[in-house]
Amino acid sequence: MVALPGVDPSWSAYLDVPSTAGVDPAGTINRWHYLDNLPSLTGDLRGTLLCVHGNPTWSYLWRSLLGEGARHGWRVVAVDQLEMGFSERTGRKRRLTDRIRDLEDFVSSLGLSGPFVTVGHDWGGVVSLGFADRNRADLAAVVLTNTAIHQNPDSPIPAPLRLALSGAVHRLGTSTTTAFLDTTLALARPRLAADIRAAYRAPYRTANRRRGIEQFVADIPVGPEHPSHAELIRIAEGIRSLDVPVLMLWGPGDPIFSDTYLDDLAERLPEADVHRFEGAGHLVAEDRNIAEPIFDWLQHRTANDDGRQDRLSAASFTPLWHQIRELGNGSTADSLAVADMGQDGVVARSLSWSELDTRVSSLAAALNRIGVAAGSRVSLMVPPGIDLTILIYACLRLGAVIVVADAGLGARGLSRAVRGTVPDFLIGIERALVAGRLFGWPGVRVSVGSLSDLRARFLGVSHRLEDLVAENSAFAGGDPHPDSDAAILFTSGSTGPAKGVVYSHRQLSAMRDTLAATLDLVPGSALVAGFAPFALLGPALGAASVTPDMDVTAPRTLTARALSDAAAAIDATTVFASPAALRNVLATASGITADGEQALRRIRVLLSAGAPIPVELLEQLQPLVPEASLHTPYGMTEALPVTDIQLEQIREAGAGTVTGAGNGVCVGRAVPGAEISISALDAAGLAAGEPSDSPGVTGEILVRAPHVKERYYRLWITERASSRTAGWHRTGDVGHLDANGRLWVEGRLAHVITSADGVLTPVGSEQAIEQLEEIRQAAVVGVGPAGTQAVVAVVVPASDADGAALAPDSLAERVRESVRPGGVQLAAVLKLSTLPTDIRHNAKIDRAAVAVWAGSVLEGRGKKKP
Amino acid sequence: MLGGAVASLLVQTGNAVRTFQRRPSGVPGAVDVAGELSDRAAVQRAVKGIDAVVHLAAKVSFTGDAADFHRVNVTGTAELLETARRAGVQGFVHVSSPSVAHVGRSLVGVAAEPADPEHARGSYARTKAQAELLALEADDGRMPVAVIRPHIVWGPGDTQLVERVLTRARSGRLPLLAGGTALVDTTYVDNAATAIAAALERLEHVHGVPLVVTNGEPRPIGELLARMCAAGGVPEPRKSVPGWLGRTAGSAVETLWRRSRADSEPPMTRFLAEQLSTAHWFDQRRTRALLDWKPGVSLDDGFARLAQHYGGA
Repeated sequence: MVALPGVDPSWSAYLDVPSTAGVDPAGTINRWHYLDNLPSLTGDLRGTLLCVHGNPTWSYLWRSLLGEGARHGWRVVAVDQLEMGFSERTGRKRRLTDRIRDLEDFVSSLGLSGPFVTVGHDWGGVVSLGFADRNRADLAAVVLTNTAIHQNPDSPIPAPLRLALSGAVHRLGTSTTTAFLDTTLALARPRLAADIRAAYRAPYRTANRRRGIEQFVADIPVGPEHPSHAELIRIAEGIRSLDVPVLMLWGPGDPIFSDTYLDDLAERLPEADVHRFEGAGHLVAEDRNIAEPIFDWLQHRTANDDGRQDRLSAASFTPLWHQIRELGNGSTADSLAVADMGQDGVVARSLSWSELDTRVSSLAAALNRIGVAAGSRVSLMVPPGIDLTILIYACLRLGAVIVVADAGLGARGLSRAVRGTVPDFLIGIERALVAGRLFGWPGVRVSVGSLSDLRARFLGVSHRLEDLVAENSAFAGGDPHPDSDAAILFTSGSTGPAKGVVYSHRQLSAMRDTLAATLDLVPGSALVAGFAPFALLGPALGAASVTPDMDVTAPRTLTARALSDAAAAIDATTVFASPAALRNVLATASGITADGEQALRRIRVLLSAGAPIPVELLEQLQPLVPEASLHTPYGMTEALPVTDIQLEQIREAGAGTVTGAGNGVCVGRAVPGAEISISALDAAGLAAGEPSDSPGVTGEILVRAPHVKERYYRLWITERASSRTAGWHRTGDVGHLDANGRLWVEGRLAHVITSADGVLTPVGSEQAIEQLEEIRQAAVVGVGPAGTQAVVAVVVPASDADGAALAPDSLAERVRESVRPGGVQLAAVLKLSTLPTDIRHNAKIDRAAVAVWAGSVLEGRGKKKP
Repeated sequence: MLGGAVASLLVQTGNAVRTFQRRPSGVPGAVDVAGELSDRAAVQRAVKGIDAVVHLAAKVSFTGDAADFHRVNVTGTAELLETARRAGVQGFVHVSSPSVAHVGRSLVGVAAEPADPEHARGSYARTKAQAELLALEADDGRMPVAVIRPHIVWGPGDTQLVERVLTRARSGRLPLLAGGTALVDTTYVDNAATAIAAALERLEHVHGVPLVVTNGEPRPIGELLARMCAAGGVPEPRKSVPGWLGRTAGSAVETLWRRSRADSEPPMTRFLAEQLSTAHWFDQRRTRALLDWKPGVSLDDGFARLAQHYGGA
């Protein structure tokens, strides 16, 4: 073999292998080429990775594993399958059974012994699984990258493959020309460097050399009559009983091996660890560093250090629907449980506790009849209100897993989230069904709201919610296991693609109990539900809940009139709303009626959630709800809530001088049941410190609580990083505790600045700058290489906000002056008309985008906007 | 300016200092030897009996005849190195420039990259790059050679930068390229001097590796020029030209200027345009560790001293 980039020439070897494959005449010896990192190995050998490429790549695909494996004590042997790469062209049509036998022949000729880890890609995944299935005694683990084990006979095979298989196109595309090869290589994201592309082409220079590509494609079992079909089915069923750890690393942007195939494999191998690399495609081994996570995973799984063991569990568990059941069957059965407000200021629709209990049970039965079962994933795209409430509790009651992704992710983010979770059912209003059709979301469609028959057919609707709720039989099934998956909620995506966060029933119930304890909500409370996620817990808390008249996807449509009418309708004691909604409530306060004003006087608790709320806004709200304590929690999709603080405590914190007070936003103390710990930052800005609660130490915020997430959905690497401190969730936020146990948030870990003078966090400086009257908003970011970054402030002036430029000298000087007491030296002060924020809350500043923009401006490239 | 500052500093710290240049140094306590680098006998007289040489002589300009640059910066350095070695000099500090590695791209928080005579911009940078390579080649156990690259040295009485900026600003010929946002490191003259003195002290630690020296306080070029102008009592530049336009116009103007054989400097050359419109700031961690040195005069203090000198604000 010629020298190729990324391959140590000593790894390349040839081996003559006597064949026992059925396709070869007796006595046949085939010459194999393979890569083997044995020459680079030192020290103890932990085992052997046997890597099998697909079509039309070759062992070159696995080069990153060879180097990394040598460093971790794993031998890595990557074969070129016969007819492929630099291995022999036998000229015989090798079927799947032959190829599995070939691999066994190779392994025994090379004298390899276990433990083996099989690693496969594309159709090599099938071959490697066939080998794994037949050689279980020596099998230690299985690693799969974009592959498929099963072809659903009801759904057509992917279009690109159909094309490649059709007669003339097949030969022309695969061997006569290099089209198939070129197309595959072009799937890499980002594009492969020219020398890497050349390396992939090296063994396939002539049509004869490419004959194997053609035959490989011809061996795809498209139907039951295909000679390899029976073997494929045998393997597909056989692997269900594999009892070794399995890791699947996936590039979801694959036109062939889509999430549907991943989902099929995950269903067969339910214990598998899965990581989807958002943005990566078919050639995931090229697109991402898969070598490091593979060996980290092997270390983790073969050493059996399961980080989840320390997880706290709630002292006592009742299912989320416990109160619905209790209140629906007690003396309160006829009192109001849920209500939706109409536009005219009166209740448009309501259910008593008994009706709610019945509806949940009968909808669960109806959903069960159409196929929703324990473990089914159900994507709910229904605005908050009675329908959504019944749906949620019915699904949970069934043991189905609800998938909650919201329009706040933006159209593309939402679509990515839905496709990635591969829902079995998609229950939505018309708008969601239209999007589902447009973006090709999977799942059986159930419509919510009126829809013409024609429209329903066009949108592929199989069932209507109104028909389902009309059915009238109670759900007879038992309650799901407390530790089974209950929900997948999505993060806002303000720090990269939105992540799915999995909660078990036990954790959802713990979230309910924590919220109840934090806000002192007892059964019999009455709640205005202006903020969706918490509001849906209303029935679980035993609180009567009313949804005000508003477009819940646009919080700022909540008017003071709508809020006070809703409060009046149920004699509310509690209000949940987002800062954007509350801002509009304040702006429209003049519209409140006399009754509404009285109703707001009865509010005891107002919770502002979803985004940070400025203290000034809270101050302004207080007169509207004079008897209410104003709460604002700190938390994240992975842990809701972590802390809670009230207006008077914020005032107190501002005046406080205890150790650790200042430099950040005070978010209060840990909520009941939660613990906070800090992992100190090192000089490189990494959270390397042992978790500690010493005051004044800045580091990553860790939280431990019964209501912390179960795991991230199909993001094993992310999960591993977030739970690497056993029992704790690493939030990715930085901050510190003060001597009174209050938490001060200083920004995101990813936004920590490493200057030559040391590590610093953005929020403290931003607050200092925002104290200046002429500044509306500020972001403090680092520009340049880590360790010697220049600290830059990007400010939005209160006036004169046009365009992006250097801040005028006098302003720059005042901004510099404002941060100097904090020991921060600014290299530059830039001004901008607005700072980029996340879509969902329109509140979290995207400092990474600001830093990129500031970096380009300070290089002298005049970009107008981040 | 820097030569004088180094000589003064060395005198103050108790060294016997000999200066070698065309005109009297004006440094109290130093012994002047008059001469030019091209005069071998004069150079020999200058280094005779000396322990260490600090080499700051160079032809510095944005424009000029390439042969002149070569004669002074390359040949001159080669001969000084050779003569010093023959005279038994035991240490040599070669003062270079970060422009020897600046090939027109932005330099963002970088350490000292190798000198690149082929791609450096303009005759000054190219010849200084050659000179630096010669100096590093000469480094050995008998005569360790340190290379210090102070970046944009400025201070009161500085004719290279400050007074050029003030002159141009006065006549309205100082544009702010690309809004003046390029982040640039500079060095207050006293800091460059203490760094060079530190190199002399710590030759055994710093020889053979080029080290960039700056104040470690990068600022947008627009702000630096504005503060220079303010300190000089001159209105600050206002008009902004996009960077690419400045660079293109710079080379056109330079060509025209050459053709017309005008005597004074052209208002904008491509080199200057690049200096004013692309980032160039440096990672100072290694420099500070090896030299065991920190700048003593901050930018703010430096500008205050500048204002004191020129009577500005």
